Amino acid sequence: MTITENVPGTSTAASAASTVPASAGVVPAQRAHGRTPAGGRERLVVVGNGMAGMRAVEEILARHGGDLFDITVFGDEPYGNYNRILLSNVLAGADTEDEIFLNTPEWYAENGIRLRAGARVTGLDRYARVVTIEDGAVAPYDKLIIATGSRSFIPPIKGLAGPDGRLPGGVFAFRTIDDCRAMIGFAEGRRTAAVIGGGLLGLEAARGLQTYGLEVHVIDAAPTLMNQQLCAEAGGILRRGVEELGITVHPGARTAQILLADDETGHETDDQTGGDAGGGTGESAGLGRAVGLEFADGSRLDVDMIVVAAGIRPNVDIGLRGGLTVERGIVTDDQMRSVDDPDIYVVGECAQHRGQVYGLVAPLWEQATVLAEHITGSDLDAAYHGSKTATKLKVAGVAVAAMGLKDAEHPDDEVVRFVEPRRGVYKSVIIRDGKLVGATLLGDTAKSASLIQAFDNGLPLPDERLQLLFDIGLPAAEVGAAEMADDAQVCNCNGVSKGKIVACVKGGMKTVPGVMNATRAGKGCGSCKLLVKEIVEWAADGEVEEDLSANWYVPGVPLDKPALMAAVRERNLRSVSAVFAALAPDGKEDAASKMALTSLLRIVWGSDFIDERDGRFINDRVHANIQKDGTFSVVPMIAGGVTSPDELRRIADVAEKYDVPMVKITGGQRIDLLGVRKEDLPKVWADLDMPSGHAYGKSFRTVKTCVGKDFCRFGVGDSTALGVAIEQRYHGLESPGKLKLAVNGCPRNCAEGLIKDVGVVAIDGGRWEIYIGGAGGAHVRKGDLLATVGSPEEVMMLTGRFLQYYRENAKWLERTYTFVPRVGIEKIRAVIVDDAEGIAADLDARIQESIDAYVDPWLEREQPATAGQFRTSLPLITLPQVPVR
Amino acid sequence: MSAQSSVATATPADASGSGRDKGSPVGTEAKSARPALTGTGAVHRLGLLREIPVGEARVYAVGDAQIAVFRLRGDTLRAVDAVCPHAGGPLADGQADAGVVICPLHAHVFSLATGESTSGAPPIGCYPVRLAVDGTIELTL
Repeated sequence: MTITENVPGTSTAASAASTVPASAGVVPAQRAHGRTPAGGRERLVVVGNGMAGMRAVEEILARHGGDLFDITVFGDEPYGNYNRILLSNVLAGADTEDEIFLNTPEWYAENGIRLRAGARVTGLDRYARVVTIEDGAVAPYDKLIIATGSRSFIPPIKGLAGPDGRLPGGVFAFRTIDDCRAMIGFAEGRRTAAVIGGGLLGLEAARGLQTYGLEVHVIDAAPTLMNQQLCAEAGGILRRGVEELGITVHPGARTAQILLADDETGHETDDQTGGDAGGGTGESAGLGRAVGLEFADGSRLDVDMIVVAAGIRPNVDIGLRGGLTVERGIVTDDQMRSVDDPDIYVVGECAQHRGQVYGLVAPLWEQATVLAEHITGSDLDAAYHGSKTATKLKVAGVAVAAMGLKDAEHPDDEVVRFVEPRRGVYKSVIIRDGKLVGATLLGDTAKSASLIQAFDNGLPLPDERLQLLFDIGLPAAEVGAAEMADDAQVCNCNGVSKGKIVACVKGGMKTVPGVMNATRAGKGCGSCKLLVKEIVEWAADGEVEEDLSANWYVPGVPLDKPALMAAVRERNLRSVSAVFAALAPDGKEDAASKMALTSLLRIVWGSDFIDERDGRFINDRVHANIQKDGTFSVVPMIAGGVTSPDELRRIADVAEKYDVPMVKITGGQRIDLLGVRKEDLPKVWADLDMPSGHAYGKSFRTVKTCVGKDFCRFGVGDSTALGVAIEQRYHGLESPGKLKLAVNGCPRNCAEGLIKDVGVVAIDGGRWEIYIGGAGGAHVRKGDLLATVGSPEEVMMLTGRFLQYYRENAKWLERTYTFVPRVGIEKIRAVIVDDAEGIAADLDARIQESIDAYVDPWLEREQPATAGQFRTSLPLITLPQVPVR
Repeated sequence: MSAQSSVATATPADASGSGRDKGSPVGTEAKSARPALTGTGAVHRLGLLREIPVGEARVYAVGDAQIAVFRLRGDTLRAVDAVCPHAGGPLADGQADAGVVICPLHAHVFSLATGESTSGAPPIGCYPVRLAVDGTIELTL
């Protein structure tokens, strides 16, 4: 722990975080100077508690910024941090307020962050390096992040706002959770509403207000809905879709004034937001109450409430007060710093980078990452180069995807357009110099993913431009299969070309596994399986025979895993031959099914399993990994990668005594003796006098660890001790696929825990993150965060529980990187962490049984399990020679 | 090659040691070895049935040949070439059922009755083998 005493501790801060009095972390002006950085860390002040500011803070924490900075966050709104994008869902009743909160007050406390919610920063003095809060207090900083976002733009319409920016009764902005609450509160019992603004936000507000039974009008000063993104034709089609929902659109309507009535309602509301521009509450604030709009042509529209959604404006006041360069936003360099002050960073909607101010979330994430890389020193060369923005969303029930240009600009811009007004479909692409520079999809956005890719990366486009708008004849993936050259290699393990697969299909094989067996495509690492499937489907021309066995646990028994496990338990089948006799068609045994059944029976029965050695793969018969020349590799257990001089000496002696051709350090932090003769295995194990490392089976293999906190100056958790403990407890347990784990002592990920089946990461504050389903082999995948826990004991428990859940539910050879996304991290978390199915105790008990049943297989050196167990199977053959290193 | 007496003695494989450090070129050409093994008709007494665990195989060096003998469940015997023609894998280390053996190196599949591969590898040789009344395995080569 590096948290100092002036930072709220994890135990006490939960309740304090949102209610800290002005004194905590903020000092009166006269004491600002001379205050030393907290605990040797620099003071980082973040102005703005919205999505951009908090994303930046999260990115900073992920780069160990908690050790570098004492962080204080000021938020204008008196809440934690929420997802502003989802406010329209809250208005429409699709999400509750709770669902859109991103970080709870506890999160701030746990990360040692002082949150000053409801404290508006009004001043910046760059020379004194302090910001001023509206109550007069000041907060000193060493580094400052400005993430003040935007506010609603209130158009200069007579009667729409008072001179101080306050809104009359019945008029609302749509920007904050308070706006949302006020609208919902006011809408009850009203009949009509007008939304000023026909952009995305306006349409969402209109749709949301319909939820409350209001008759809704959209007043759009532009001639076209979503004028920013859509051309006139597309806008017209969207308008039809919106009007079908019962919303009246007034395009090109110029509002001359808001009609107000003296407020006699006596409506009771609390005005918490004071003079906040855009903070409408429904209360009149002495300005009267809106009863309608009058347009420039003199016509009138009577309404009960008005919502202003006419765009946003960056909040740049603090930049102006600090004397920073401000144009539309606060101008930044490529490191997201103000061009005037290297200690001030700006991120999000208030930042202007290379002339652009972004209002979408994706660019903001990119900015936050660059900011964090730079401010923490993780990568001082990190640079933001701007974003190409593409949007895909559903607006008022209509799917819309838009990117780049909405209309052609140059005479030689190529435009391809498809319009089907009756179905509400509009598609267009704009191509310049062979590159996609703009696209609009309305009503049918099936092609948006490939268009966004082509737009972002400037990919070459098909000559037949129509293919950009439609999948012609075939689903998209099969176009890829069709376009591949015949001699293109599909399976890079077994060298199988597309032509070979096609020939096999043409030869009459119409099932995917049949083709895979016959050609061996996809039978190596398996990463090309999907492509093989696509080619087979394409080549069979829609006549692929359904492969009933796809869901079977093994090819020889026509049952999926749950049914097979149930039958095994119910019928008390304890050996592989018993399973075949009882459950296989005609009782026929199947060589390819034996290994998987052995694994399953061992998981079900533990030590009561009847072990038939022919049910095992050779590696499991002799507890070593077979090599290309028929020799074996021997990997003793070195738990957590921690060994001793004595062990190393024994390994060295064994290597010399048995002429081991290669001694290699493995990726799993162990030592591999390669090229050991089968007949020498028992003697090698005896001389090593170490347990098996199980580097050969479908089982729990190893736990990689980093140096941990005993020696590493960055370590925040004892990763080596935990890694050793996990490996000692669970090692050797059989499972549907192999299991490789890691424990990192800090988020630097030196032990690669983020790409392991189970990866544990120590984070500051004595806590541990558990990731599952990662992979760093033929398939690369970052693990999903299962849980963050407070003790190594909890890590051990959740790890074991997850392992047992995986053992019982994964398909044969299904690694966690497939299993976890298939089942879903939310479901797994519910079962493992929250015990939603009430099976946690059973899982814990069953894995304990397996642990208790475990016996080191290398003890078979004392007494071979079968006749000639270690007799060589390649007596006289000189095989492809493996060179001696 | 091995045209010896009508009943020859065979060598259990482990008496010869495995191939790793064998410098001898004997048998290196597994693929061409097969045709040479046909037609002499000699019977070789390999060893006792109990030397082979149920469902597994053990290898015997018969003259210059290497033969894997499988003891299938039900005590049926099958004798085939010990070496996979694809990449020299030890077939006796493979998993078998009543019909096929799967090579442990790259999972090529061979019929134990005909030697044909269902996975596209060249065929392997199959040899008559039976159990004598005294419990000895007799191979005809």
